[in-house]
This record gives sequence, C-alpha cells and structure tokens, in this order.
Amino acid sequence: MEPFRRLHAIAAPLAAPNVDTDQIIPARFLWRKRHDGWGDLLFHDLRFHDDGAPRPDFVLNRAAYCAAQILVAGQNFGCGSSREAAVWSLIDNGFRAVIAPSFGDIFFNNSFQNGLLPVVLPPERVASLRTMLEQTPGGRITVDLGAQTVTGPDGVSDAIAIDPFRRECLLAGTDDISFTLRHRDAIAAFEQAHEAEVPWL
Amino acid sequence: MATLLDKIWSSHAILARPDGATLLSIDRHFIHDGSGNAFRQLKERGLKVRRPDRTFATPDHYVPTVRRDLASIEPYRRGMVEDLDAHAKGAGVALFGLGDRRQGIVHVVGPEQGLSQPGMTIVCGDSHTATHGAVGALAFGVGASEVAHVLATQTLWQAKPRAMRIRVDGKLAPGVHAKDVILAVIAKIGAAGATGHAIEYAGSTVRALSIEGRLTICNMSIEAGARAGMVAPDATTFAYLAGRPYAPKGADWDKALGLWGSLGSDVDARFDREIDLDGSQIAPMVTWGTSPESAAPITARVPDPAGAQDPARRDAMERALAYMDLQPGTPLADVAIDRVFLGSCTNSRIEDLRAAAQVVDGRRAVVPAMVVPGSGLVKAQAEAEGLDLIFRRAGLEWREAGCSMCVGMNGDLVGRGERCASTSNRNFVGRQGKGARTHLVSPAMAAAAAVTGKLTDVRMLLRP
Repeated sequence: MEPFRRLHAIAAPLAAPNVDTDQIIPARFLWRKRHDGWGDLLFHDLRFHDDGAPRPDFVLNRAAYCAAQILVAGQNFGCGSSREAAVWSLIDNGFRAVIAPSFGDIFFNNSFQNGLLPVVLPPERVASLRTMLEQTPGGRITVDLGAQTVTGPDGVSDAIAIDPFRRECLLAGTDDISFTLRHRDAIAAFEQAHEAEVPWL
Repeated sequence: MATLLDKIWSSHAILARPDGATLLSIDRHFIHDGSGNAFRQLKERGLKVRRPDRTFATPDHYVPTVRRDLASIEPYRRGMVEDLDAHAKGAGVALFGLGDRRQGIVHVVGPEQGLSQPGMTIVCGDSHTATHGAVGALAFGVGASEVAHVLATQTLWQAKPRAMRIRVDGKLAPGVHAKDVILAVIAKIGAAGATGHAIEYAGSTVRALSIEGRLTICNMSIEAGARAGMVAPDATTFAYLAGRPYAPKGADWDKALGLWGSLGSDVDARFDREIDLDGSQIAPMVTWGTSPESAAPITARVPDPAGAQDPARRDAMERALAYMDLQPGTPLADVAIDRVFLGSCTNSRIEDLRAAAQVVDGRRAVVPAMVVPGSGLVKAQAEAEGLDLIFRRAGLEWREAGCSMCVGMNGDLVGRGERCASTSNRNFVGRQGKGARTHLVSPAMAAAAAVTGKLTDVRMLLRP
C-alpha cells in the first residue's frame, strides 16, 4: 500500500447525497480479480452511455476534472454494499482522498486498507468547497495527513480528526495484517481463555 | 449499567490501544462466492487461514436458481462458485456447497444451522451481516481486506460504535410485518441516521416478533447507516436455537443458557441515542425512490420534491422520481408493476414464504413473479408444507436458493425500465439490473402486487 502523507491535487465535486457503492461500481463487474485493475469501471453507469461513449455532463468526463485525485462528495458517500471494489475503482482511477460530510461505515474502513483517505468535514464546509470547485474548475485542495489539515482553494484550512491508528498505518503505508501478526501470542492466549468460557464455540 | 453491545465488546477485546482501536476476537466468519480476492491476498502474503474451524462457506451471490447445474451458466459465474469450493477445501473450511441441502444465502444459513448464537462476534464480507444480530450477536459486514485480516488472524481492529436503541412498542396491525417496521424506522431516521452506531432494537413489538422477523429487521440496519443491529436474546431466541445442528448440546446447552440470559442490556444502561416508534401505527410500507429511506405507507402519495427545504435533497428527489418514472402526487396504490421478486437475505425464510403463500392462495399472478427460498432447507420445509404448490398454482415461479434478483449477479435481472415489487433490501439505481425500478415491500405486499399487477395495500386482500 502506498503511504499517504500530503496531497495537493485537483478536486472534483459530486454533490449527490447517498452515492451508494452500486453507483461507484455496478455489481455486474464484481467478478474481476483485484489485479485486473478497476479504474475504467469507476462510476461506470454514471460516466458512460450504453454504447460506451462518455456522458459529457458527468463531472469526471469534463476536461478540468479528469486528472482529479480528490473527490468532494455528498452525505453518506459509499453507503450500501461492502464491496471493496468501490475503493479499488477510485484508487485505480487515481483518487487518493474523498471529502464528505459522512460516509458509509464499511466503505470508510475499506478506504484505509487501500491508502484512500476518507475525510469528514462539516456539511456547510463540504458544500462551500464544492461550490468553489464548480465555479473554478481545476481548483486544488491540499490534504496534509501529517498536520491533519485540509486546505481549500480559498486558502482556508480545517483541522481533521482521524483515528490515530488509521493515521499511523496510512503514513507508514502498512496495513493491519502486518501489525496484528505481531500480537500472535496475545491472540492465542485470548482464544484459549475464551474457549474455556465458551467450550461449544 | 452495560448494554448488550458493551457486554459482547468487552468479552471479545484482546487488546485496546489507548487511542481507541480495539483488537476484537471473531467467533464466526462466514464466507461466500465473492471471497476470492481475500483468499488471493492471503496467498500472496504466504499466510494460512488461522481458524478454519470457525469459518463457514456457502455460495450464494452467483449460483443459478433455475436448476442446480453449474455447467449451464456463464464461465465467469461458474468460476466464482468453483473458486469458493477450492478455497474452502484448500483451507479445511466447512462448505455448504451447491449440491448440499444446507446451501443458501449466507445470512439465512448461519442462523438456520445454529452457527449464529447470542453473545458472539460474527463477520462476513457482506454488508447485510447485521442480520445475525437478531439472535443477540454483534455481527457486521466487512470488505475484502478485512476478510483477509480475519482469515489470517481471526481478529479485527475496530473502533467501538456508539450505542443507539430503537424501541418499537405496540401490537402490529394485521397485514403489517417486520419489513414494514424496519422500512418505517429507516424512513424516520434516514439512510445515514444511524451512521457510526450499533442499533439495539427493543420494545414490545420487537419482543413479540419471531426470530425470522427479527432477522428481517436487523438485516436492514445497514440501510439506516448502522454497522450492526441486534436484539437481546430471550426465550424466543433460545427456543429457536434449541436442537439446531451447531447449537450447544447437553451440559453446554445449560451453560449457554446461563450466559445468554445475562447478555441483555442492564435496566440502567445508557445509550448514546434513543428513538421511539409506535408499532400499532405502522402501515404496510413501500419505497418510491432510490434510497431505502424513501419509504412511505402504501396509503400515501408520491411526494413532491418542491416540498423539500434542502436544495441537495430536492435535487436527489427529482432525480429519483425521474429514474423511477413517477409523478408527484400519484397515489402509491395506483402504481402498476411489471414483475415481483420474493426472496433475498431480508425476506426468504419460511415465515416470509408462508405470509406470501397465504395472500396468493386461490388467486392468480397477473405479472411474472418468482419465489427464491433462502436456503435448500427453507425450500424443503416450504415443499413439505405445500407452499410450492400454492405458488405454482397461482402462477409464480418456484426457484432454487440464492441471492438471485436482489443484486442480479447470477443473471436473475429486472429488465431496463421494468418496475419490480421486491422483498429485497435496496432500491438503488441499477441494483436489480441496469435501468430497473425497485419498490421495496414485505412478502405479503409483494404477493398482493403479484395478483393485482400494481402496488397494493395487502390489507384489502386479507381473508377473515
């Protein structure tokens, strides 16, 4: 997993609330293997007509946003299915951060496992960031995980709260498994005691 | 003053970091035919499944429901099912495969086998894992990387969710079922109303529900944004579990009852949020939009986006109504439908099939309708009760167990522009097929829609 430290990048606005993971990646593509790559499938049915031609009105098809690495989304982004391919399709398309007032819980957790930073900001600030990006396409946002700040195109910085463990893993580019395996002994000891309590497990 | 959540959490915490993350021990891990990427991740790292004895596999998303014949389906779908077989067998994981009567939707199979028990931590790479919370477990869905983490370590790092209690009190009116209760809850609190929370469902309405009904309610917790949904175990839970294949037996059963009986939230337990609903006032519900929160009583009309204060909300409603091809002000009971799907991890258990059969008995479906039982054992039970004959006589298709048209991964799809009354859990854009329009309803309401060809108040069809 690529470490995440500081990102200064073009941001794309996507205003709709409740953008579910079926919108991010339709179910009919989910049989692909991880290493096949998923970037071309991101927002597939929002981005493309049936004949495969891009829909010119979709934000990521507009020239000013096609190099975006940050998505500024609406409430409850990534709700719905647990499919991690929603995160893979964003990452493989070049995205490294999503800013929204709230996220679907599972999408939120999946993001950290793949080096995609989900940032929660107050709804008013997210809405004003989206307005700026719509008015000045190609505007950039800075996400600094070390300093725990997000700076908009207006130069205004917001502090961001993030679980310290998740932050450490992102900064180092390590995932949970390597970290957890260091606690093998504690896990084994717990299992032994737990199975004495609940022998029918 | 501990909640059910507190009790399960503290009894499974291996380590707690001072900054909040807890390493939780996982009692049960269910896997299905979408688990291939997690197994490959494990293999790439040279890791093995730590506890195959606590891992259980069944294929559900990609399995054919017309007949149990893998040779007849597309190679990529067959590959997903065969992949699960190979991964499970390679790791020594118990598999309820396609030829096994115990095969079915993973969230139907777990409780049915007695694998899901009170006080357990249960995970699965599927967002509807909260279903298992109905027996008093802490159960939640995870993504592929977390599936790999559980396979490798039988643990997960988790931040403890906040506790929300939703109390529903009162007697449900005839024709009103668990599905209507949870749709009413989601309509009230919204699709993000419980984000960051685990919901405990309580109150006399919930207590009076069977385990099947509670499974339906907990199943849709994720549609309100909650990570988990749960119901404190009680006599109904114990009676449901007694004698199931994986339930404790003999002296273990007696010990289990002692432990399980102490799990309920203490009377002075504190919840971060409390919501109350009057169960006696709930009517049969139906969704009109493209989020499960867009639910209304069948007696209502399609709402007018002009009435929405928030511009983003208004815009979302307008787009939803355009997709659904509905006009504001139309009575929901006037909306004609093209097909009916009866099934999914929300509503494919024996009680669901009984409720639907009661409505269609002696009537005739006027639109295509299919019934997909949740497991091979549910199917066998329904056939033993003659429900399959009632469905067939009424012109409904009787299929084999699987996820089927809830998400269409196996090819059971709703056509473009078609309107489907569905007992599943999500009415998202394109969920049941590209351009498909979904109205979420209870099994009884789906049956009513099948015999009238429109969204229908099932109370009009109830017999004395």
